[in-house]
Amino acid sequence: MTADADSPAIRGRISRAARCALALGGFTLSIALLPPAATAKLFDAEVFTLANGLQVVVIPFHRAPIVSQIVFYKAGAADDPRGTSGIAHFLEHLMFRGTRTVAPGAFSRTVADIGGVDNASTTHDRTEFYENVAADRLATVMQLEADRMANLVITDAKVSPERKVIIEERHTRIDNVPQSLFQEAFDAALYLNLPYHRPAIGWLAEMQRLSTADAVTFYRTWYAPNNAVVVISGDVTAAQVRALAEKYYGPIPARPVPAHIVVTEPPHVVAVTLTMKSARVPNPSWLHAYLAPSYTAGEMREAYALQVAAEVLGDGATSRLYRGLVVDRKLALDAGAFYDPTTRYLSSFGFYGTVAKGVDPAAFQDAALAIVRAAARDGLTADEVARAKARMQAEAIYTRDSLNGLALSVGAAIANGRTLDDVEAWPDRIGAITVDQVNAALKAVVDENQAVTGFLLPEPAS
Amino acid sequence: MSVRLRIIAAVTGVTVLIGTHAGYAMAVQVVTSPGGITAWLVEDHSLPVVSLEASFIGGSAEDPKNKSGLAELTFDLLDEGAGDMDSTAFQRKVEDLAASLDFDVDRDTATVDLHTVSANLAPALGLLRLALTEPQFSDNAVARVRGQLIDELEEEDGDPELRADHIWWNAEFAGHPYAMPTHGTVHDVAMITPDDMRGFMRTRIAREVMLTGVVGDITAAQLGPLLDKTFGRLPTHAAPSRIAVAAPPSFGQTLLQKMKVPQSAVIFGQPSIRRDDKDWYAAYLVTNILAGNGLTSRLVRELREKRGLVYSVYADLDPLLHGSVILGDVATENAHVAESIDLIRAEWARMRDQGPTAAELAAAKTYLTGSFPLNFDSTLRIAGLLVVIQKEHLGVDYLDRRSALIDAVTLADAQRVAKRILDPAALNFAVVGSPGNLPGVRNIGPGE
Repeated sequence: MTADADSPAIRGRISRAARCALALGGFTLSIALLPPAATAKLFDAEVFTLANGLQVVVIPFHRAPIVSQIVFYKAGAADDPRGTSGIAHFLEHLMFRGTRTVAPGAFSRTVADIGGVDNASTTHDRTEFYENVAADRLATVMQLEADRMANLVITDAKVSPERKVIIEERHTRIDNVPQSLFQEAFDAALYLNLPYHRPAIGWLAEMQRLSTADAVTFYRTWYAPNNAVVVISGDVTAAQVRALAEKYYGPIPARPVPAHIVVTEPPHVVAVTLTMKSARVPNPSWLHAYLAPSYTAGEMREAYALQVAAEVLGDGATSRLYRGLVVDRKLALDAGAFYDPTTRYLSSFGFYGTVAKGVDPAAFQDAALAIVRAAARDGLTADEVARAKARMQAEAIYTRDSLNGLALSVGAAIANGRTLDDVEAWPDRIGAITVDQVNAALKAVVDENQAVTGFLLPEPAS
Repeated sequence: MSVRLRIIAAVTGVTVLIGTHAGYAMAVQVVTSPGGITAWLVEDHSLPVVSLEASFIGGSAEDPKNKSGLAELTFDLLDEGAGDMDSTAFQRKVEDLAASLDFDVDRDTATVDLHTVSANLAPALGLLRLALTEPQFSDNAVARVRGQLIDELEEEDGDPELRADHIWWNAEFAGHPYAMPTHGTVHDVAMITPDDMRGFMRTRIAREVMLTGVVGDITAAQLGPLLDKTFGRLPTHAAPSRIAVAAPPSFGQTLLQKMKVPQSAVIFGQPSIRRDDKDWYAAYLVTNILAGNGLTSRLVRELREKRGLVYSVYADLDPLLHGSVILGDVATENAHVAESIDLIRAEWARMRDQGPTAAELAAAKTYLTGSFPLNFDSTLRIAGLLVVIQKEHLGVDYLDRRSALIDAVTLADAQRVAKRILDPAALNFAVVGSPGNLPGVRNIGPGE
């Protein structure tokens, strides 16, 4: 039931202060630190498509007799029609409020009654629902998900209390948290025209007006088998899953689904600086970002190169930024880089820091950008790039060490128009990136004339 | 095709087959090293990874008066330079092994988690040994990490939920070490010296208080010698615990700290029974029916589903070593705080007076037995589970018995235990926000 809160396990060592900065960066920062996939040798997945267009991915893993089902819809907050920001996330909540045959609340009750757990989340690019159950209960949760894919019933009586719930959720995640309000404004400045301009959970005033009709329209527009990906991972075989998928999802008719709106970001010709003050932050925070390609928008090869660059510049305690600003010069409590290549539209590449007490935030920024400029001008070294690549490849295996980790990566990739091959080949593609490619990509993305900068500053309590 | 969890004869010590679910068996081996160090092991060769958790009994509650935060600051510094490596050199080694070392402190324990690919297990454990036995606590590293911890503490002060949490523990455990914040106070953290930290390592990080769980691509025969190499140089004995059993107040209050936020955060709770109480499983079921996580509890139905007052409300049992509690968390728009508190009290009273229904009890049993293995899907989480079982003295066959212990609770048991443990009058509510008038509220100043 979350918006923009995939909260993936953060791999590797993250310093204490980095955890605060991650909360500040939210979705983008945390995703950027997660390797998107494991190696081709590590899993043996199968994809097939039903006659109605539903894509099904099976990832067998027999460590324990448990199974996870994740249903991805290729529609998220980026598809919220103008004036109804938050509707994708609101619909995600309403998916738990009953269908023609399943009473309100009975979905989660049924999953709990078979000893399972369920939840859902909405990002800009997609909406996903999952259930983890004992392997012999897969049919039950497939039947439930198939039912609400086609038979959801949305009424005013359900919409009214649930709208209050999402507003409380917004208060908890955003309005009560200065770092989240700051991030929201930062994203609005960074993306001039892309739908990432708007928060996935919605603007408060628009959430208050979301109607039954808005939810029904979004559901009828996007929730169809030919716009969904079902990922089943765990103690199953492809043959078992195929039979169950045919039985439960097969009868749902395909429907015309519109293409995602084509949105073009205009050239950024103005460098923007935002400042926010809050009595509830102890030390200044800094964000600095540029538009960047993702796997599916812009040049794909550059995305892999930028992942390596972000690792060298700003992932962990030995990165250039952390070592230079925190360890050596003591200007900051934390510093690092963020980059998420998995977005549907263009992404962003950037840096964050928490400024040490008594240090002028502008002086900190000068020092940080000096490190960035030097890296873009002179390049990262062959040794730095080799170390980063080796670590990224080796750590890819950890996505397998949980029931949902790999399934989330694979499903998100396929829902965004990429392929299983893309995910399987991730370690190889990282391995193939050269130092020159990393340095060229970094040079291309670092452009101070179009950078967006944010300062969140402490303010004495009034 | 991967290998199923194998069931193996013990090389050393005891092996117990654990059925956490129909058809699901984890083989827990109690491995004792040649040097006498014990660890619980689950072998799982389906992936080339290993996780280890080592937990030392004696957490932040053992911090000396005026040195709160000692355990936290010390553990934060263990990977900031050790042996002849400064922090950058040490962390570079960890990164190049593609390993992770995480140090964490709670009220009762100080814990390290190691996660590594199995090919790098020996060198990764070598770094853990250095961290535990030869930490540098250099001036540079201490100043840096102290600054980071103080920043975090100050940020917690501005977070309504964490602020409410501090206020609740301070009220519930007034005069007891559990009243202190786990990460310390800014004042105390500023006073801690490297000598304090060396004293901490000498007197509290000892083999007799260490509980260890290992899961993954390693055999018992391989593990034994590695245990000696990693932990053999730790002191045998820890300083005796100074903590008395807590005696929480029997009458609850509503405490308020004003903060300008649109939504108030509320932490609520009351004293509970110990983990070794014979009524534990009944209490576990009753609490889950009343306030469990997810969308099916009575509190969720009343506050969220029916009225839309909250996004999230839950409470669960928190079995501390020196005084257990039922602890809950809810947040609601300022105007709805009074109504939400009334509803929580009313549901508390209804469950105390009538207990759960037979259908609720049956559903909770199915859920708590069936969903349990789903929580332990990664090597690190299973390693953590092995440590908890040791800490609570549940026995190496606990997972084998767990479902039966839950299923044995009768409706009469549940009704009796609901009466025994639930006490709406003992509920303490700590509110941070701008909630308007709350009946009987006591205001708390910012410094309290």
